[in-house]
Amino acid sequence: MRFSYIEPEFLIERDLERCIRCQVCVRQCAFEAHIYDEASDVVTADSNKCVGCLRCVTMCPTDALIVRPNPTSFKENANWTGRIIKNIYKQAETGGVLLTGMGNDRPYPIYWDHMVLNASQVTNPSIDPLREPMELKTYLGRKPERLDVTLKDGKVSLNTKLAPQLELRMPVLFSALSYGAISFNASKALASAAYEFGTYYNTGEGGLHRDLYQYGERTIVQCASGRFGVHKDYLQAGAAIEIKIGQGAKPGIGGHLPGEKVSSEVSKTRMIPEGSDALSPAPHHDIYSIEDLRQLIYALKEATRYEKPVSVKIAAVHNSAAIASGMVRAGADIIALDGIRGGTGAAPTTIRDNVGIPIELAIASVDQRLREEGIRHQASIIAAGGFRSSSDVVKAIALGADAVYIGTSALVAMGCHLCQICYTGKCNWGIATQDPYLEKRLNPDIAKERLMNLLRAWEHEIKEMLGGMGINAIESLRGNRLHLRGVGLTDSELEILGILPAGR
Amino acid sequence: MKRVYAKEEVCAGCRLCEIWCVVAHSKSKNIIKAFNEEFPRPLPRVKVEEFGPFSFALQCRHCKEPPCIEACMTGAMHRETPDGPVLHDPDKCVGCWMCIMVCPYGAIARDETEKKIASKCDLCQGEEEPACVAHCPNEALVFEDRGE
Repeated sequence: MRFSYIEPEFLIERDLERCIRCQVCVRQCAFEAHIYDEASDVVTADSNKCVGCLRCVTMCPTDALIVRPNPTSFKENANWTGRIIKNIYKQAETGGVLLTGMGNDRPYPIYWDHMVLNASQVTNPSIDPLREPMELKTYLGRKPERLDVTLKDGKVSLNTKLAPQLELRMPVLFSALSYGAISFNASKALASAAYEFGTYYNTGEGGLHRDLYQYGERTIVQCASGRFGVHKDYLQAGAAIEIKIGQGAKPGIGGHLPGEKVSSEVSKTRMIPEGSDALSPAPHHDIYSIEDLRQLIYALKEATRYEKPVSVKIAAVHNSAAIASGMVRAGADIIALDGIRGGTGAAPTTIRDNVGIPIELAIASVDQRLREEGIRHQASIIAAGGFRSSSDVVKAIALGADAVYIGTSALVAMGCHLCQICYTGKCNWGIATQDPYLEKRLNPDIAKERLMNLLRAWEHEIKEMLGGMGINAIESLRGNRLHLRGVGLTDSELEILGILPAGR
Repeated sequence: MKRVYAKEEVCAGCRLCEIWCVVAHSKSKNIIKAFNEEFPRPLPRVKVEEFGPFSFALQCRHCKEPPCIEACMTGAMHRETPDGPVLHDPDKCVGCWMCIMVCPYGAIARDETEKKIASKCDLCQGEEEPACVAHCPNEALVFEDRGE
């Protein structure tokens, strides 16, 4: 089909008085939306090719460019919006599944924005974290039923053998972003930032590149349904192992790394032929029940001499609480819950936008269920899926999470502009690409510094918020839902979240 | 002495170094005026070399024993201090281009915009760091003394 009915999503506007025809925009656009006409010495644009990544706008040395949504609109229609009509055109032209990248962008309620935090006033003192100690250190892993200690000559010794724990400087980790979906430089930046800061990053299902083994003690190695890159050294290299059952952006379906992104290095790391599509099955074909999950958990524990905690990651879905209970009983030391706003390098748009539940409700219901069953201490909960700020983290901890995975926030810190075209492999920011021309654009040293700055900033803010509540350790906030109040929520939402409405 | 070094592994090939080099050597020092109003416009003294995805910005290496100074018959190519940058005096230059012939890096260009002369990097004399380094968006150029 030669003629498309789809109007450009963005318009590229160039201020010709400011344009110096330096062609930086031409060289930086992997989609070839900017064109230099040598005969007339002008730079023109083809807005049809623009994806709205803003690379050209950011790089233009004279601020001559504006990229804005195309104001051309269809006749107003509440049911048949422009987005819907364009999607139908796309499918009528291609006959294919609509693909997208990053997290759900639909206007589902964001419960973080409907929960407010408490602060101390008069009757209890708030704490100034700049003057008094404030503990954010977090341990993830199975906690003992009870502690058996001996007191002898005024010295206390611990007799209970503790299960392996992950030690985090603060309750934020980088979530699973596979090498393959993201560039080597992006992986290296995450690994080195986690290592230097004192938290963890997650390999996703991309295996561990040989140059990243040096960060092993700050790595969570993932074992997903495709088993890409999983071998003995890989399992032993990490500080923890995560079995990935599901992902918030695409619950119930597998993964698909297009062959174009399977470069020579990706092929070696994933242990698959170069240029071949890396297809992860929707389920693990050896896990059809909790009992099967237990077998894999213990196989991995055996393989690593019970020295590393094993995490199980699921997408937050309707019956997450019951599944989580089964996961804990199957031996998971950490449960990772990925909500409906969780990101991805590629997913069918219809799955991303319609499957799963918001992470806020999942944290509350899982934490509540595990408490009721008396097994909450047996596993830590990591919440994931759309965490945007330190206050989201604090609210998640108050709801009952032990720590939070950040993926999109980390990518944004590195330069991601959320244009959602990761699946094309043409990321102009050098993040979600394996193209040798593009991946150089992400300097891993700069990206590491930006990631560490983000973590440091959140660390300061979390301390300030805790101090305001009169709390001096993150431990005291965990599951402390009395510090949360709901604003503009229904009775059932308040009940599920386990919080009171503001004013009560 | 401090020299400009390129990190080719993170050079994005945007050529902003070339653009800001032109601005730094323009009359107005204003990027829009330099490009849209100044004619002839100064040449960039740094050049991004590209071969496939491989790219890096190249400028005069300010050699310890510069063949260009040795080859220059008018003394246009000179050093003011023994370990200072290799500078070029356009008033003395007669445009014989022997410097271009002997430069092992190809870092000197022909400038025929006005009088026929050579054009090369002066490390942005008087500035804290050269414009190419200051404006590289990916820190692919560094200005440092590596004791060479």
